[in-house]
Amino acid sequence: MDKQTDYGTPASRNTEQQVTLDIDGHSITVAKGTSIMHAAMQAGISIPKLCATDSLEPFGSCRLCLVEIDGRRGYPASCTTPVDEGLKVHTQTPKLADIRRGVMELYISDHPLDCLTCSANGDCELQDMAGAVGLREVRYGYEGSNHLSAEKDNSNPYFQFDASKCIVCSRCVRACEETQGTFALTIQGRGFDSKVAAGNFDNFLDSECVSCGACVAACPTATLMEKTVIESGQPEHSVITTCAYCGVGCSFRAEMKGEQVVRMVPDKNGGANHGHSCVKGRFAWGYATHRDRITKPMIRKSIHDAWQEVSWEEAISYAASELQRIQSKHGRNAIGAITSSRCTNEETYLVQKLVRAAFGNNNVDTCARVCHSPTGYGLKQTLGESAGTQTFDSVMQSDVIMVIGANPTDGHPVFGSQMKRRLRQGAKLIIADPRAIDLVSGPHVQADYHLKLKPGTNVALITAMAHVVVTEGLVDEAFVKARCEWDSFQYWSEFVAQPENSPEAMEAAIGVPASDLRAAARLFATGGNAAIYYGLGVTEHSQGSTMVMGIANLAMATGNIGREGVGVNPLRGQNNVQGSCDMGSFPHEFPAIATFPTMPPAPCWKMPGADRWITSQACASPICWTLRLMVASRRCIAKVKTLPSPTPTPSM
Amino acid sequence: MITIYVPRDSSALSLGANQVAAAIQQEADQRQISIKLVRNGSRGMFWLEPMVEVLTVQGRVAYGPVQPEDVASLFDAGFTEGGQHALSLGLTDELPWLKRQERLTFARVGITDPVCLDDYLAHEGYRGLRNTLVQSPEAIVAQVTDSGLRGRGGAAFPTGIKWKTVMVAQAEQKYIVCNADEGDSGTYSDRMIMEGDPFVLIEGMTIAGIAVGATQGYIYVRSEYPHSIAALNLAIKEAYAAGYLGRSILGSTHDFYLEVRRAAGAYVCGEETALLESLEGKRGLVRFKPPLPAISGLFGKPTVINNVISLATVPIIMDKGSEYYRDYGMGRSRGTLPIQLAGNLKHAGLVEKAFGVTLRELLYDYGGGSASGRPIKAVQVGGPLGAYLPESQFDTPLDYEAFSKLWAVLGHGGIVAFDDTVDMAHMARYALEFCAVESCGKCTPCRIGSTRGVEVMDKVMAGTDHVQNIALLRDLSDTMLNGSLCALGGMTPYPVLSALNHFPQDFGLSEAGVNKKERAA
Ligand SMILES: Cc1cc2nc3c(=O)[nH]c(=O)nc-3n(C[C@H](O)[C@H](O)[C@H](O)COP(=O)(O)O)c2cc1C
Ligand code: SF4
Ligand code: SF4
Ligand code: SF4
Ligand code: SF4
Ligand code: FES
Ligand code: FES
Repeated sequence: MDKQTDYGTPASRNTEQQVTLDIDGHSITVAKGTSIMHAAMQAGISIPKLCATDSLEPFGSCRLCLVEIDGRRGYPASCTTPVDEGLKVHTQTPKLADIRRGVMELYISDHPLDCLTCSANGDCELQDMAGAVGLREVRYGYEGSNHLSAEKDNSNPYFQFDASKCIVCSRCVRACEETQGTFALTIQGRGFDSKVAAGNFDNFLDSECVSCGACVAACPTATLMEKTVIESGQPEHSVITTCAYCGVGCSFRAEMKGEQVVRMVPDKNGGANHGHSCVKGRFAWGYATHRDRITKPMIRKSIHDAWQEVSWEEAISYAASELQRIQSKHGRNAIGAITSSRCTNEETYLVQKLVRAAFGNNNVDTCARVCHSPTGYGLKQTLGESAGTQTFDSVMQSDVIMVIGANPTDGHPVFGSQMKRRLRQGAKLIIADPRAIDLVSGPHVQADYHLKLKPGTNVALITAMAHVVVTEGLVDEAFVKARCEWDSFQYWSEFVAQPENSPEAMEAAIGVPASDLRAAARLFATGGNAAIYYGLGVTEHSQGSTMVMGIANLAMATGNIGREGVGVNPLRGQNNVQGSCDMGSFPHEFPAIATFPTMPPAPCWKMPGADRWITSQACASPICWTLRLMVASRRCIAKVKTLPSPTPTPSM
Repeated sequence: MITIYVPRDSSALSLGANQVAAAIQQEADQRQISIKLVRNGSRGMFWLEPMVEVLTVQGRVAYGPVQPEDVASLFDAGFTEGGQHALSLGLTDELPWLKRQERLTFARVGITDPVCLDDYLAHEGYRGLRNTLVQSPEAIVAQVTDSGLRGRGGAAFPTGIKWKTVMVAQAEQKYIVCNADEGDSGTYSDRMIMEGDPFVLIEGMTIAGIAVGATQGYIYVRSEYPHSIAALNLAIKEAYAAGYLGRSILGSTHDFYLEVRRAAGAYVCGEETALLESLEGKRGLVRFKPPLPAISGLFGKPTVINNVISLATVPIIMDKGSEYYRDYGMGRSRGTLPIQLAGNLKHAGLVEKAFGVTLRELLYDYGGGSASGRPIKAVQVGGPLGAYLPESQFDTPLDYEAFSKLWAVLGHGGIVAFDDTVDMAHMARYALEFCAVESCGKCTPCRIGSTRGVEVMDKVMAGTDHVQNIALLRDLSDTMLNGSLCALGGMTPYPVLSALNHFPQDFGLSEAGVNKKERAA
């Protein structure tokens, strides 16, 4: 099983300046600010390490990674020492070998000697390092003070904490802080008595831990270990996949033993998650091979019959013949399909193609109808494109973050962690939500303004904020003149500037003190890169589309569109909302969001070759949204729905 | 009105100074003699504390050590006019211990009322600050650099160079942090300054703030120093009231705010980066360097962190000029060092001398030899992480470079003496035990190594696998010396190996370092 390379320390954020140095005779050019350890790894030179891993800031505690640098005193740690022009670094010398062996000898003098029966056997960095430094004996003996009888904590349902194997590298503590942002762990005691503790609680389950597993992934030993690995041993191959739960869409490497998943390891290369995940993606994958899953095709003639297992051939031909039968009996529009935003682009594309090319109608819709269509409509009207404007990583450049009707730490946990990271770096936070979500006040995160608006007053709130921006002269006029439609802007600004839209006039309706609302609006307009993140608390309201337009207008008026760190950011319900819509899942939009009834080959038609399968009947067919589709099917107008996987009925 | 001085210094207090002061006041009231009782700092002669002084026309006359029961007889002997008594010590200024010192940093300690700003001003106080206010930051830093002042907290890093790094760093906020954690065993000069002349430290920090562009200062005071904290807080309050602290100092464009913070009670919190963590409200864990605190210190901002003595020496340099200070001392060790004599000595106390004085002079001319009357076998210089020096090295002058040639350190200037009853193997074990107790636990060599070191020493002392365990002790020392993150683990081998190398017989080895038992076998 191939392992992902660990560079030891994160990549340097400095992308402009380059530094050239010599490591073991190799000339290496890297970004300024890179650690010597990272630079060496880039050149394929691996320096022993235990406390460093590239998902965490360097810490400098294990002292295995020491190197020699010509002209410098002592033995600097390569994980904490940045590169410098012209340095001559030696990573392997007899003296370094002595020091490293000395350190390993100390580690092993307080470690159980049960590698053969250890759950990390084969995947233990301590084992690897003992091998790398050539440790051959432990002269201290094993009678001295030790932690070998420290108790196991099995309270967490997904992972075990076996304190007797802990090397106190603090990687878990730092992962909980830096990666997850929960601060559930700490090191208790000092010196030899130092040990990992779940805060002031007796065990992990009682603590503030949210079971995200970041600490488990960061642990170099068997101390924090997935229970599934303890039960089934090390995996032998891995498969890249995507988490099917929330809208973040974390990438994973499913580590397998044959057909069986042993553990889910978030992919370091995942653009949305960069090696992190939440409890659901990492641990709640029991469904993958659960016996309740339907893995064989089944058919039944009527709702009163029992399901019958059949071959794929039979199932497909039965379905096709039934579709044809219903269509010939009830008309072309009697059938349709609903796609899911948890499916891939390819899958949703094929479903809508089936509808448009084979069914010959537009009776296709998607589950994103519920959560996304106000965004699609609102942003198309205002920005011209029905998509959010940023990637998740953009938040790392934001100075002011406004969260409206969303609860990222619960609903989009991995993005919530990323946002908290940026907040800990000092970004300001405005929350517009009736609820005191976790972001309002948490470890090292505190909202600057929590606007507890009354439910249903989103539009009033955003308009009152716009009122402040316009009437207090905070509009970015240069931006508006250069990038927006000036006449529309004037029309809008006259409207929002009306006295009845002022925070004071709206105070009673919104339920937010006018002074807070004014202050929040000023901060948003003047605090640097300001970004808006919103969720279903915006879109799943009857004024959802209007609110999305209000959000887009505020962003445009303050010049917060079109670069990293700003933008209008819908937090979606599922991981492929954008894709499933772009693929033509909406009845009124063809693939690539070509608006119905634009006929191919009109100028905005972007899907080459599509004219070959779009039937003229489809182009001429009326559009039929999910709700109508469902109602219609009840009335037996649309007789068959093809459902890839979502459950639209409960969400309507 | 007769002025009588009874020290408020902790050393005097622990010997009954408060009771003596109360007895004097009561006796004077009874005899209807009007007195002004001044609670001064200590002169540093601890064997004479509580040392009472009376201001007479000839000058200040000293009596000591005074106990409450001596007070009536002192009055009977007319001590308020300097009368003779069994406890008479004569004119304070003529006491040889004091007369032979070069008191620059300690110029006022014991003389003034420590918490009286007027007294401070009357004794050349705040002249350095006034000079500072008319100079450019570059000129101030240059003057400190030219004085040759090096950090007195242990590492002896040139103070002016540290300041320059902070001065040129660009930041909205910078800080001055005073390291008053004074955890070294046998040291107390920081405490004596804070209790005996707190204004000089406040002045030094204010100058530092003006020099580097810092507007906020913190004094991180060892939690076991309640009297220092009290004296500093009183002095700071006065300084604020008189415009020496706060907004627009003495009407200038400079602001400087100062606060005392009570330390966390751990030795390692004296290490500068652990101190900063502690000041930030976190666990006292050592940070790696770089970045230096001068670039990224308190709350990530450029920070001057200096020892009490380093900062308290700045005012005299800014008052009398860099040459004045630089003219004292030898080699690259310029100026004076407040030396703290402790351990098995007849006369323990504070001696401020120019660098160059030898250990022997200090131990015998000042210390008066051992208290037990037995030969002095070894001294530990520079706190618990300092090397032990044998008698053969007593002629070494106090000079950073001379000490480093002997694989020893001057550190914070503490000297602890041991007579020939000391078992140096026991002392080596003690050094490792100290490290085990005080280790912050961050790095492996110190976290595990110190505990293993104690265990290895136990085996050495019990004679178990003697040769192998001595070799293991040396290897472990090497790992700690070269591998530790900070000087706590990194310097523990100094006392251990110096004891082993200078006193092999205490470790069961012959003079030549060969194992006696092995040779017999
Ligand atoms: C374990 C340890 C403890 C220390 N304790 C103190 C202390 O109590 N006071 C002090 O001034 N410096 C102490 N230091 C030295 C400081 O780290 C730092 O060098 C000093 O505060 C710098 O000030 P200076 O340049 O004025 O000496 C200690 C260092 C170590 C490694
Ligand atoms: S599982 Fe996540 S929240 Fe829990 S301790 Fe580990 S890192 Fe922290
Ligand atoms: S539990 Fe694992 S990651 Fe945490 S300190 Fe121990 S060995 Fe390191
Ligand atoms: S954050 Fe969302 S996508 Fe990522 S692991 Fe959790 S549920 Fe899955
Ligand atoms: S040497 Fe000791 S005190 Fe210093 S960082 Fe390491 S463990 Fe902490
Ligand atoms: S990897 Fe550098 S000190 Fe641990
Ligand atoms: S093999 Fe068990 S912790 Fe490494």
